[in-house]
Amino acid sequence: MTDMRLIAASSPALMQSPDHELCPGCGHPVAWRQVLEVIEELGVADRTIIVVGHGCYTQMMRLSDLDSLQCLHGRGPAVATGVKRMLPDAVVITLSGDGDMVSEGLAEVLHAAGRAERITSLLFNNGVFGDTGGHMTAATVVGQRTKTSLSGRDPEVHGYPIDVPKLLTGMDGAAYVARGAVNTAGMAARTKKMVRRALELQLAGAGFTFVEVLTMCPTGWFVATPAGPDYLEGSMMATYGIGELKRPEP
Amino acid sequence: MQGSEAIADAAIAAGCRFFAGYPMLPFTELLEHMSRKLPAAGGVCINADTEIEAVNMALGAAATGARAATGSCGQGIALMQEAIAEAALNELPLVVFNMARGQQDYFQATRGGGWGDYRTITYAPKDVPEAIDHTQRLFHLADVHRAPVLMYGDYVIAHTHVGVEPVTTDLGPVPAKDWALDGSMGGTGRAREIWTWARGKPNTPGVGPDQHWKDVAAKFAAIEESEARWEQRLVEDAEVVVVSFGTTATVVDYVVDELRADGRRVGSFRPVTLWPFPGSALEAATRACRRILVYELNAGQMLDDVRIHAADRRAIRFIGGVSQDSSGMRQGDLLDAAELRTRVLHALEEAA
Repeated sequence: MTDMRLIAASSPALMQSPDHELCPGCGHPVAWRQVLEVIEELGVADRTIIVVGHGCYTQMMRLSDLDSLQCLHGRGPAVATGVKRMLPDAVVITLSGDGDMVSEGLAEVLHAAGRAERITSLLFNNGVFGDTGGHMTAATVVGQRTKTSLSGRDPEVHGYPIDVPKLLTGMDGAAYVARGAVNTAGMAARTKKMVRRALELQLAGAGFTFVEVLTMCPTGWFVATPAGPDYLEGSMMATYGIGELKRPEP
Repeated sequence: MQGSEAIADAAIAAGCRFFAGYPMLPFTELLEHMSRKLPAAGGVCINADTEIEAVNMALGAAATGARAATGSCGQGIALMQEAIAEAALNELPLVVFNMARGQQDYFQATRGGGWGDYRTITYAPKDVPEAIDHTQRLFHLADVHRAPVLMYGDYVIAHTHVGVEPVTTDLGPVPAKDWALDGSMGGTGRAREIWTWARGKPNTPGVGPDQHWKDVAAKFAAIEESEARWEQRLVEDAEVVVVSFGTTATVVDYVVDELRADGRRVGSFRPVTLWPFPGSALEAATRACRRILVYELNAGQMLDDVRIHAADRRAIRFIGGVSQDSSGMRQGDLLDAAELRTRVLHALEEAA
């Protein structure tokens, strides 16, 4: 990643301001851009409600030109259930990080999938509590160094990471389950297609739809900013894998 | 009609269109009635998988402008405290039914266990007809003040059968819900945001947490001045005033009438709203008496509010106590007219 050049500088139309306060090398803005572009391309910005948990990505909510509900830590899929049941024609999207969803709110996402709620839940997984400064979450991969696993996550001491898409794939209420990443432009484009499929299925009234996006957190990983994308590939992507785990038969 | 069913009917008559709960006695029947009746009224009732889910679902529904409610008994309401505080601080109208197992949830109802400077308007009905009225009033107050509100019911109200027919009560207009989310503002440059920090979006900045929480605190201070309700009986010439809340007050009324018939100068005072506590009214009602008797079936919780507001703290005697039925679901042996009569007579003699 030594040869970097600026290809284009633009902000999605659904951002009121590009001035986020996230760290250099953070993957969240890239991931959120894919989501905003899909919402715009599908022409559903005027019927979309985003329900957002607590983490660095929270400020993407604040900057986005979408009706937004900030909810309690981990409870997004439950809150979104109430929204969607009252507004069945709305496009309802929850946004969580791995601390928010996998650590704090695992029950909420699994039960929403079990009920086949017609919502789309997004998990921006960077493997750490980025907002608090790089602490271990339930999705931190084995070997990952964090401030609460200084020698790396050790299964003997810390147990194993929880793979939410793998859990969801076995659930009847989940219509679509995919995992993408944003460590390369190609991977971001692939992830955008996953988000698009999830939202199209929500619009079609299919069950619960879910996209996990592996994103970079060089600050929380204690690696040099330019090394973030490669580090992601060697750690999280190697552990979790990428692809559509479950989709309806065509 | 069972009390729980009457409350369900009153909630639907008040326009409740979303309800979520987790079964737990003596709240269970309210959830059963809502799950049976709400869909027929065009609403949604969800048998949630935890109390935490239930209250957060209700918050989501409330954010769309729908009248939404949840409930449990005190043990389950304990799990909802974070979300009740959230509703107070992000100003979402929410009705919470505590069909309590007794009177040990007074602190929980009036002090709360969430974070931040917030209070919850709490109505404690003494019987089913009052519960019907309070239910509709609570939905109204939640909308007027954009705040979570609580009913403190119990086993007696949940399970008593009475001949009532809940009808819609006109409580007047409520402010337009121009804050509610329907998704329609996306892409207009003026998208809405609901957040306890009130930071707003770049095009429509909010006041931020410091000012927002000051504003919320000021709102609750105003509610404290305007929303207290109480009932007092025969206090003008009373030597002894018995203070109680909820269904326990019906036993107090019975004993007061009995003692009055014997020529004893006894009166009663009941906060209908536990918060705001009718402090000025209590002070006025206890100015002339010799003894203020606090009768509640717990270790002394409302006792604190009586101590804060009574005309003379030295006149206060606690005649309640922890008393639970062996089932754990309802008040115990201390909820007894003969026992209460003995305790009031003892206080009268002591005061003589």
